[in-house]
Amino acid sequence: MAYNLKEVVKKESRLVSGHRMCAGCGAPPAVRGVLSALKEEDNAVVAVATGCLEVSTCIYPYTAWNNVSFIHTAFECAAATLSGAERTYKALKNSGRLSKDKVTKFIAFGGDGGTLDIGFQSLSGAMERGHDITYVCYDNGAYMNTGTQRSSSTPHFADTTTSPAGKVIPGKTQQRKDLTEIMVKHNIPYVAQTALFGNLKDLYEKSEKAIYTEGPTYMSVFAPCPRGWGYPTDDLMEIEKLAVNTCFWPLYEVENGKYKVTYKPANKLPIEEFLKTQKRFRHMFQEGNEWMIKELQEEIDKKWNYLLMMEEVTNK
Amino acid sequence: MKKEFGLGACILKDGNSMEFKTGSWKNRYPSHSKDLCKSCMLCIPYCPENCIKEKDGLLDRIELDYCKGCGVCAKVCPFKAIEMKNIDDETNAK
Repeated sequence: MAYNLKEVVKKESRLVSGHRMCAGCGAPPAVRGVLSALKEEDNAVVAVATGCLEVSTCIYPYTAWNNVSFIHTAFECAAATLSGAERTYKALKNSGRLSKDKVTKFIAFGGDGGTLDIGFQSLSGAMERGHDITYVCYDNGAYMNTGTQRSSSTPHFADTTTSPAGKVIPGKTQQRKDLTEIMVKHNIPYVAQTALFGNLKDLYEKSEKAIYTEGPTYMSVFAPCPRGWGYPTDDLMEIEKLAVNTCFWPLYEVENGKYKVTYKPANKLPIEEFLKTQKRFRHMFQEGNEWMIKELQEEIDKKWNYLLMMEEVTNK
Repeated sequence: MKKEFGLGACILKDGNSMEFKTGSWKNRYPSHSKDLCKSCMLCIPYCPENCIKEKDGLLDRIELDYCKGCGVCAKVCPFKAIEMKNIDDETNAK
């Protein structure tokens, strides 16, 4: 079905109001966008790794999850929990104890801490075993739940409480771990990187593909955090747009090893445009720190050129 | 209030966070102008609180009971049909 925003908003939301995420958080729209790709008649089991999303959507005895079965798991085991649930479901279906014509999909959500750092081994294991699950990482680039500690997804030079920019270190001294590429190397059928961009066509279509592709699939969604990044809560859409147009967050998908860059900005903006909107990069604009911007720009160009090259090579 | 739970203390009623109104968090609120609105629906998926509702293909209302006043909808709107107002300006705003 072709994407139509007016039809999509008619679907009943699977994450309802009353959750306690901060005002202006990027994660709830990302989660809602992913779950909106589910067919209305299908069921879903959702497991969430500890993080902002888990602790604030499921504060006992309330839950903001609607029309899905939600499993509360520990930090490191969202993928493991979900793969167990998926295997049980298959066993029950095979033995006839569950109806054959009802479809249930398995989706895990994790923040970047619960995905790239702490939950990495269980995620890697689940992907390797080939469960029919979808893992979605909403990436806000630090441990926001506990007050902005650096994670391996924190961008190079970003200021966090455990990588404070000052006279001694220039913010985070390491480059960002590129989990999307690591997932591609697991040889799973579908890997995508997306953001809340434009009318959310990109997010919807990739989610639909990820959820309804047989086998393990992985998606990484860009989810800005106004508190941790230091920008006004209003600017969610603006930040997403700049991240995509500066190629800080390229939108692409890898289907059975074939790369496809789904959005190529007509006018690729310099990275400063993205950096200057956020307090966590403020020190990069101080005198004498021009090298940081130059270095980051080089890293981004390298990654972007790599994607374009891979797109060309894998589609030959 | 008596609450009933399932095995392992699981929550049986899905989406019961609707009973918890987060609207008191805000210090400003969105005011929606029906004249300027073209019902493009772009604000609905961007609202983190899911409090903008549509009805019969038109934007119906913004539920201020849950709105935290982030202002994302006002920035997203291409027609400037949503304006953020300070809560003190209007006594009848929740």
